[in-house]
Amino acid sequence: MLRDALLVAGRDLRIELRSKVATWQVLPFALLSLILFAFAIGPNPSLLKQTSPGLFWLSLLFASVLGTQRSLSIEGDEATREATRLLGLDPAGTFLGKTLALLVELVALEVVLLGGVLLFFHTHVSNWPLLLASLALAPMGLGSASVIYGSVTMGLRSSATLLPLLVLPVLAPLLIAGARCFALATGSQGNWAQWLGVLAVFAWIYVLLGIVLYGALEES
Amino acid sequence: MGAAISLSSAVALVGRFPVLAGVDFAMPEGSVTTVLGANGAGKTSLLRLLGGLQRLDGGSGTVLGFDLSHPERSFRRRVGFLGHDPGLYEDLTAQENINFALKAVRLPLSATSSSLERCGISGRLLSTPVKHLSQGQRRRVGLAKLVARRPPLWLLDEPHASLDEATRVLVGELVEEAASGGASIVATSHEPEYSVPMADLVVTMGGGVIVASKQGGRHAS
Repeated sequence: MLRDALLVAGRDLRIELRSKVATWQVLPFALLSLILFAFAIGPNPSLLKQTSPGLFWLSLLFASVLGTQRSLSIEGDEATREATRLLGLDPAGTFLGKTLALLVELVALEVVLLGGVLLFFHTHVSNWPLLLASLALAPMGLGSASVIYGSVTMGLRSSATLLPLLVLPVLAPLLIAGARCFALATGSQGNWAQWLGVLAVFAWIYVLLGIVLYGALEES
Repeated sequence: MGAAISLSSAVALVGRFPVLAGVDFAMPEGSVTTVLGANGAGKTSLLRLLGGLQRLDGGSGTVLGFDLSHPERSFRRRVGFLGHDPGLYEDLTAQENINFALKAVRLPLSATSSSLERCGISGRLLSTPVKHLSQGQRRRVGLAKLVARRPPLWLLDEPHASLDEATRVLVGELVEEAASGGASIVATSHEPEYSVPMADLVVTMGGGVIVASKQGGRHAS
């Protein structure tokens, strides 16, 4: 399973490095949406700071949907997907590989967005360990849930519009817990362990669901 | 020599439509079968069933000793399928595509270069992303992938279509080499002038069933 996971992750990342779709489309989209949120809120430093956790996470979520769609397009057309099926890859390995590749891209996305938030939203990080822990768990949950739902919509003509409709509600627990962790790491008071726990539980649930379900979803 | 394929009253549905409506078919290991028939006769569906890509909805069937009712994942590693579209990753080079396939089926990468060279892909074409290759060159890369993998069962969907004369000859040579090496090959075709001479058995399909069969020209000469 791990061997197949590394093989699939290597393929996805190699294709991404060559095509640079994430670099030139997904990352700028994330940054642009963050800047537009800042414009919409206006030049009010305290309001910008107050809303920065939610806006960081919304930008991350929207951009992650784009990243997922790109990850799905790497699988190619029906002929390519069937040719890959005939290689007999372990479905759990395929799931973990695609999640791992998406995770790498989402971490890069988080770094860019974090830079944007610190720059435009007058935000100061007071608890780096909490922030880094939440930002490490977030791509795991986002990536795995997106790959699961991506496999449901793969090959459908309406997949581009259907994927956000299906996946965004499922990502809501991650959004809530992630935004709370971000707020707590940037000066708010509260029980950070509780929210980090929620983030970790949901991230692992999605990973385990993907390992169990991906084979059946791929076949269907 | 054992049976590579054995189908008995095999039925396959797409929705409620029977794309295969009771196929009886058998072929021994190391032989070549050409499947002729009009568009919609069920040729590609037969190949997809044999590759485990289409579910067996009725009847029974075994391929390489695997029961098609419950195909195992390891079965697929023993099947090579070449369709109209060779199913390559557009942003990877020919070499990278074949290396990926070989790693996936746990074979050494040493066969990559020789198979590509055998199929006429060399020089700068080796390091060119597949999306920049012509349709014919892509088909050659697809063939090279089969040659490198050397699966026991080759399923070729119209392997001569849209190819130049040299590549059509190459297809015949590769099929003969594979069959001589013990592989079993099923190829659909609309070009009997190329596909009948290379076959041991020629079957004709119509309406999702086999309506005729005759000896091919493989050993006639």
